[in-house]
Amino acid sequence: MSAQLNSDQTLEAFRRDTRAWLEANCPPEMRQPVVDEYDICWGGRRAKFKNDAQRVWLQKMAERGWTVPEWPKQYGGGGLSKDEARVLREEMAALKCRPPLTSFGISMLGPALLKYGNEKQKSEHIPKIVRGEIRWCQGYSEPGAGSDLASLKTRADDHGDHFVVNGSKIWTSYGDKADWIFCLVRTGFTGKKQEGISFVLFDMESPGVTTSPIRLISGYSPFTQTFFDNVKVPKENLLGELNKGWTIAKYLLTHERNMIGGMGTQRVTPLSQLAIKNIGLAAGRLAETALRTDIARFEMDALAFALTMNRVTDEAKAGNETGAMSSMLKYYGTELNKRRAELTMSVTGSEGLKFGDSHSEEQLAAMWLRTKANSIEGGTSEIQLNIIAKNVLRLPGA
Amino acid sequence: MTLVLTDDQLMFRDAAKRFAAERAPVSQLRKLRDDVDPVGFSRDVWKEMAEMGWAGVLVPEEFSGVGFGFVGAGLIAAEIGRNLSSTPLLSSAVLAVTALLRGGTQAQKETLLPAIAGGDLLLAFASDECVRHTPYHVATRCTGKYKLSGRKLHVLDGHIADRLIVSARTSGDIGARDGITLFLVDPKANGVTITRSSMVDSRNSATIDLRDVPVTDADVIGTFDKGAIVLDAVFDAGRAVLSAELLGVAEEAFERTLTYLREREQFGVKIGTFQSLQHRAAHLFCEIELVRSVVLRTLQALDAQEPTASSLVCLAKAKASDVARIATNEAVQMHGGIGMTDEFDIGFFMKRARAAAETFGDQYYHTDRFAQLSGY
Repeated sequence: MSAQLNSDQTLEAFRRDTRAWLEANCPPEMRQPVVDEYDICWGGRRAKFKNDAQRVWLQKMAERGWTVPEWPKQYGGGGLSKDEARVLREEMAALKCRPPLTSFGISMLGPALLKYGNEKQKSEHIPKIVRGEIRWCQGYSEPGAGSDLASLKTRADDHGDHFVVNGSKIWTSYGDKADWIFCLVRTGFTGKKQEGISFVLFDMESPGVTTSPIRLISGYSPFTQTFFDNVKVPKENLLGELNKGWTIAKYLLTHERNMIGGMGTQRVTPLSQLAIKNIGLAAGRLAETALRTDIARFEMDALAFALTMNRVTDEAKAGNETGAMSSMLKYYGTELNKRRAELTMSVTGSEGLKFGDSHSEEQLAAMWLRTKANSIEGGTSEIQLNIIAKNVLRLPGA
Repeated sequence: MTLVLTDDQLMFRDAAKRFAAERAPVSQLRKLRDDVDPVGFSRDVWKEMAEMGWAGVLVPEEFSGVGFGFVGAGLIAAEIGRNLSSTPLLSSAVLAVTALLRGGTQAQKETLLPAIAGGDLLLAFASDECVRHTPYHVATRCTGKYKLSGRKLHVLDGHIADRLIVSARTSGDIGARDGITLFLVDPKANGVTITRSSMVDSRNSATIDLRDVPVTDADVIGTFDKGAIVLDAVFDAGRAVLSAELLGVAEEAFERTLTYLREREQFGVKIGTFQSLQHRAAHLFCEIELVRSVVLRTLQALDAQEPTASSLVCLAKAKASDVARIATNEAVQMHGGIGMTDEFDIGFFMKRARAAAETFGDQYYHTDRFAQLSGY
C-alpha cells in the first residue's frame, strides 16, 4: 500500500514537471490542430520543415528522447516506464501538443531493431531514428508477392563480405523521400519459402536503387515502386540470422497492424455532429432516419472498439498478453475506418464529392478513397481473418 | 479504473463458473422443461446459490448481502448464460434489489433485503405493458387511496414471487415519464390474477392482471409520482446484467461451434478447414471481444454511478443482443441438421438469446436510445 502511495506521488511529481516543461518548450504553433500533410514532421536527411517551430519542437523533444518515450536511454530514447509514458501522452493531449516526429523508424523498424539487432546495429541506427535524422521505408510487398508475401523473389546473393541485391518492391510508402530501407530478400532457394528470407538494411542512395511513383485513386502518390539493380549491401547490415528474416518480418507486422488499426480511433469530429449540421433534427432525431440508424450503429461500434483497445492495453499491462490481438485490431479498426468514411461521404452529399480542389480544406473524397487501402495494406482483412482462424481459434488446416 | 478483473473478482468468477456448470447446467433446464416444472427452477439450487452470495450480490453487507456490485452480478450472469441456468437472479437479486436500494424506505430494506439475500424471499418486477419494451407506457390506474387496476406483461418469475413491485400511473398521460409510482403488492391479495406463460426459452414469465388491488402509502417505493427515477435505475440494472448473460450465451455457443468445426468431417476433411466458415468464425470472435469490453466497462460504470452509464448500458444491451443473435444463429447453421434437433443443446442457446434480447429493449430499441442520449 505505501509502495503504491509512493509511486503515485512520484508519478504526480513527474506529471507536474512534464506539464511545466511542455508549457515552456512546446512552441504555440505546435499546439494547433494538424491541418495538412505538411504539418506532420517525418524528419530525414532531406527533412522539409514547414516552419522553424516544427524544427525546434523536434529538436527539444529528441534531446529528451521523448520522440520515443519508452525506448531505452542508452540509445537516446526517453527510458520512461509505461505509466510515465502514459502521463506524457495525457499531458501532451491536454496541451494539444503535436507529435514531434512521425516515422516508420519509430512505428515499425525500431521495435524490431531493439529485439533482433546486435549492439553495433542498435547504437548505429536507433539514435538517428530518435532524432529524426534518418527516414526509413519498408521493402516488403512485390508485384508478385502481395498477400502471399513469403513468395517474394527479390534476391540477395552472397559475394563474400557483401550481398548483391536484385529485384523490385512495390507499395513502398514514401520510397522517394526515404533515406534507408528495411527490406525482405530471398537468400535461400530450396525448402519452405518462409525459411529462405533474410532481413537487410541499406541506404537508398546506394548505386542501383531507383524509385518510380505510383498514382492512386485518391490522386496522391504516397507509394513508389522501388527497383534494385546490383545493389551492394554490406553483410553487417543483415538483421538477425541469415534465412531467419520471416520471424522478424512478422514481429514488425504486428506493430504495423497496430498502427493501421489504430488510425480509426484518431480524434475527429464525431459523425453525428457533422450529420446534425448538414441534415438537421426533427423532433430531436436526425431528420433522415435510415441514415441515423447507420450512424448510431457506427458510433456504437466505434466506441466498443475504442474500449476494446483500452482493454487490450490494460490486459497487456496486467501480463495477460492476448496473442494475435493485432490481427483483430487491424481487421476491425480498418473496417470501421472505411465505414466512417462511407458515412461521412453520405452525410456531406455533393460537398463531399469535390475533388482535387486545393481550396477545399476537408479533402473528404480523397480521405474516403485513401481509407480503401487500410484493409489492404499491412495484410488484407481476409489475411487477418486467416490469422485469427489459425492462431486464435485453432481451426484445422488454417 | 482498468478494464481487467481484480483478484477477488477472478476468484468470485471461478467459483461461479464451477458452481453453474456442476449444479445448474443445460441438462437441468432441459429437465425442468420436460417435466413442466411448476416452479421453473430448482429452489434447492437457488438456496445454494444464495449461500454462494448470488442472491445478495448487489445487497450491501449491512443488509446481509455480499455487496459485490454490478461487476459481480455480471460475472454470475455470464456463467448463467454459458450454462443456461434457470434462476431468479435477474428478477429478485437484480431488479427488485435495485428498486429497494434506490427507492426503498429503511423499513422496507430491513424487512426485505436480508430475506432476498438469504434466498428465502422472491420478488418480481411488474412494469411493462406493451409487447415491445416501452418503459413509460404505464396505463395501470391508481384510484382512490389506493386501488390498482391494469395488466402487466412479461413479468419474470411472476408466478412464484412472494411479493410484486408494480408500476402504476398516479398522474399525467400514458407515456409520460412523470406521474408513475411504484408499489409493493402482495400477489395473494384480492384482485390479483397471475397467468404463467410457456416461453420459447423455457424460462419464467407471467401476465399479471390487477383489478382494484388495495395498496397503502407504506407500500410505495421511491417518491410518489416520481417512480421513473427508480424505474430507470431498475431497467438499466436489468439491461446491464442481461448483457452479461448474453455475453455468456454467445461465448458458449461460439465455443461449442468451434469444437464442432474441428471435429465434423465432410468431403473427407474437417469442415473447419473451409475458409468460408473460418472467416465467419473469425469475424464473430472479434465481435465477441467487443462485447466483452463494453459489458465490463458498463458494469463498472454502474458501480461507480457515472453520469454516462445509461449510454453505456444502451451500447452493451444493443451490442450483446445483436452479437448473441449472430453467434447463436451461426451456431445452428454451422451445426447443420443436428443443430435443428431438440435432442442437441445448441438450439436452447438461440432461444435464450432471443428472449434475453427482447427483455428490457433489444438492439433496435437501444440503438435509438443511444442516439437520443447522444443528442441526435
